[in-house]
Amino acid sequence: MRAITLSAEDDFDGWRDAARALAQAHVPPPEVVWRVGEGGGDLFAVDASPPPAATGPQLRVPKAFVELAQAVILHSDPQRFALLYTLLTTDSHRVEDRADPLVRRLELMAKAVRRDIHKMRAFVRFRELVDDTGTRFVAWFEPEHHIVRANARFFVERFASMRWSILTPEVSLHWDGTTLSEGPAATREDAPADDPVEAVWKTYYASIFNPARLKTGAMLKEMPRKYWKNMPETALVKALVAGARARETAMVETARGAVGGNVEGAWEALRDEASACTRCPLYKPATQTVFGEGPLDAPMMLVGEQPGDQEDLAGRAFVGPAGQMLDRALDEAGIDRARVYVTNAVKHFKFEPRGKRRIHAKPDAGEITACRWWYEQELALVRPKLVVALGATAARQITGKAATIAKLRGRKLALPEGGTGWVTVHPSYLLRLPDADAAAQAYLDFVADLRGAWALL
Amino acid sequence: MAQLDTRAKLAILADAAKYDASCASSGTAKRTSKDGKGLGSTTGMGICHAYAPDGRCISLLKILLTNSCIFDCHYCINRKSSNVRRARFTPAEVVELTLNFYRRNYIEGLFLSSGIIRSSNYTMEQMVEVARSLREDHHFRGYIHLKTIPDADPELIHQAGLHADRLSINVELPTVAGLKRLAPEKSAPQIEGAMLGMRSAIEEGADARKRYRSAPKFAPAGQSTQMIVGADAATDGDIIGRAAGLYDRFGLRRVYYSAFSPIPDASTVLPLQRPPLMREHRLYQSDWLMRFYDYRPDEVAQAVDPATGMLPLDIDPKLAWALRFRDRFPVDLNRAPREALLRVPGLGTKAVASILAARKWRRLRLEDVARLTVSLAKIRPFIVTADWRPVALIDKVDLQAWIAPKKAQLELFAA
Repeated sequence: MRAITLSAEDDFDGWRDAARALAQAHVPPPEVVWRVGEGGGDLFAVDASPPPAATGPQLRVPKAFVELAQAVILHSDPQRFALLYTLLTTDSHRVEDRADPLVRRLELMAKAVRRDIHKMRAFVRFRELVDDTGTRFVAWFEPEHHIVRANARFFVERFASMRWSILTPEVSLHWDGTTLSEGPAATREDAPADDPVEAVWKTYYASIFNPARLKTGAMLKEMPRKYWKNMPETALVKALVAGARARETAMVETARGAVGGNVEGAWEALRDEASACTRCPLYKPATQTVFGEGPLDAPMMLVGEQPGDQEDLAGRAFVGPAGQMLDRALDEAGIDRARVYVTNAVKHFKFEPRGKRRIHAKPDAGEITACRWWYEQELALVRPKLVVALGATAARQITGKAATIAKLRGRKLALPEGGTGWVTVHPSYLLRLPDADAAAQAYLDFVADLRGAWALL
Repeated sequence: MAQLDTRAKLAILADAAKYDASCASSGTAKRTSKDGKGLGSTTGMGICHAYAPDGRCISLLKILLTNSCIFDCHYCINRKSSNVRRARFTPAEVVELTLNFYRRNYIEGLFLSSGIIRSSNYTMEQMVEVARSLREDHHFRGYIHLKTIPDADPELIHQAGLHADRLSINVELPTVAGLKRLAPEKSAPQIEGAMLGMRSAIEEGADARKRYRSAPKFAPAGQSTQMIVGADAATDGDIIGRAAGLYDRFGLRRVYYSAFSPIPDASTVLPLQRPPLMREHRLYQSDWLMRFYDYRPDEVAQAVDPATGMLPLDIDPKLAWALRFRDRFPVDLNRAPREALLRVPGLGTKAVASILAARKWRRLRLEDVARLTVSLAKIRPFIVTADWRPVALIDKVDLQAWIAPKKAQLELFAA
């Protein structure tokens, strides 16, 4: 057994000199006990003499090994010296092989050390101290690994013109503007208890936080709780998180409740933007976007499937045969057409060319989803009390999920955006029924559905 | 307006600045204050000094000089017609605040933006004065990011670039139609013209430095921009295409994507609901694929659902791409070139570097790969190792269900 005593926890030079001599003398790793300072030690260590003088050829190690060792030495794990020595004596070039279990273990230790170094640079908080000798900035920090000395240069280069001290449970650093000196371990009480600028910093922290995008997991990943106790701003986190949801809801509610003076302008701007929509491929063969229309304070919004051949050419919703059927039914149901906003679930005409004719084709789920954006914007502007879906495509758009008409027809539905929904058939369905009696009955049912909807208002 | 103290003004002007996502302090020239005269340093790495509960890093003091504005952009909390409380800092107050925060190690530097008051040139002058004073009066060596105003005088932009590490102009909306609707007073050609001008100024600056070491540095951390996601009708496909164009034409360091978020006193033109934050996350992932994983923009666009133009929310774009191009897999980890390794879902750039280094030493087996990656389960269907070949797995119809994260996990992450 050979015992090596290093001068400090972060004594890389001591470890390197000893390890080099031991390796050249072919001392196997189990034969070496590593210890730091006076404390500790292995009871069975018998030979505490200095390592033998180097005799063999110069030991050459790759740069990557030195870099790894410099970081690992700072780790808090007492086994680090032995693990590094093991890697050195097996083959230091193996450091490239990160799939090797030992290299992997050392890599993880180095990573933890580098992270701790980085977090110290980030989370040290200076407090200003004014005494007879002038102004000094003092910080209390509790690192996880033995990184303080290794980090000193960073603080010297950054705060060279200030006088400062960083106090830690292991060692203190003092910079007087020209030289760096070391002091003994310190306690939290040795650092100032407050700084007037902290209140201003906390104001900043609270104000820069956006309550509409709470992501505490992401915060905790980068700013783990172990660092919180020495960071003044973290005292605010709990209250900010607790209030966030309410603040976001209040913003949305205010916006929803406010009758903006520019609804008209907003709607026109929206329609203009929609005229250039390329959210799905349907814009290519279609003539134009057919946007919704009607009074922007309408209590009822009617949602059809998509524009047909005539609507596509005219650029207006419900002007073709189905539209005429709808107008007649609305009239019979006693609904004032001037108080209804009409639009379509999908705003481009989807068709299959057959000779000179363009035959209606049903929009698929992707096209309906792509077009939902426009429906949501219309809904937000018009804010109708009731949304009536005509047909399965519209029902899917307003409820956000697929279902059959038979299942939804004629009852109040709660919509995902809030407000009430109502589902009936599409007027073109009535036009397609071959049997005249069945068509007549379907028409009466349709009118009854519309009347039922209107009665909800 | 009653006089507000610094804290009250800070509360207003930081609140007004928080919709800008950028807080980067990396990638600039290295500086120190070892001469004992100045304050601060930059290491090139960037440091996040705190994190807010929104998960965003706080690296810079990010504030507006004033939140008064002569423009009326609908998405902006500071627009002329908004009822938000107004405040204005003097350049000296901003300088003082920056130095006070910096000395206490709260920040890496300053990110200064402003509403436009009086004129573009007047506003830009005030911002340049803050940067000038920090650099010349106080020898501040920390990081400075200035938001520049597109139609400000080129001489002012030049001054800004001499003092700042980074300059940026926001394109705001991914589509021209969206910009027209939401920011009718802003002009897309003008914004792009300014970005192009900035690109040549940055390149000329770098060029001059190569020839004369004494030439002044001009915005050594380059330029960046930001797009708001979910306020206009742009799909993810549109946004990816736009971002690729911006990187290409303007030599940008970064494009930031900011999910539109509800603001107090919103304009009616705006959507009320925010898009899922996950959408913003997926766009950043697609951005990463272009910047670090050698995907061409058209390849990233292949991860988009052709019907809706959107990236899937439940799986990341790299996995979505792999599921669409299954014939490119499995990849043999012991033989494949770097480009092919980078395509494996679940293998990051670091893991790929480790694999390339490790295979000089051994034929990789699954247990080796497990030591190099986060999740072996996720990458197994896509790889071949000395002891593993995913026979029929790659052809499984429900492969996505196998490897996609469970729903509950996803929502936790998105929250």
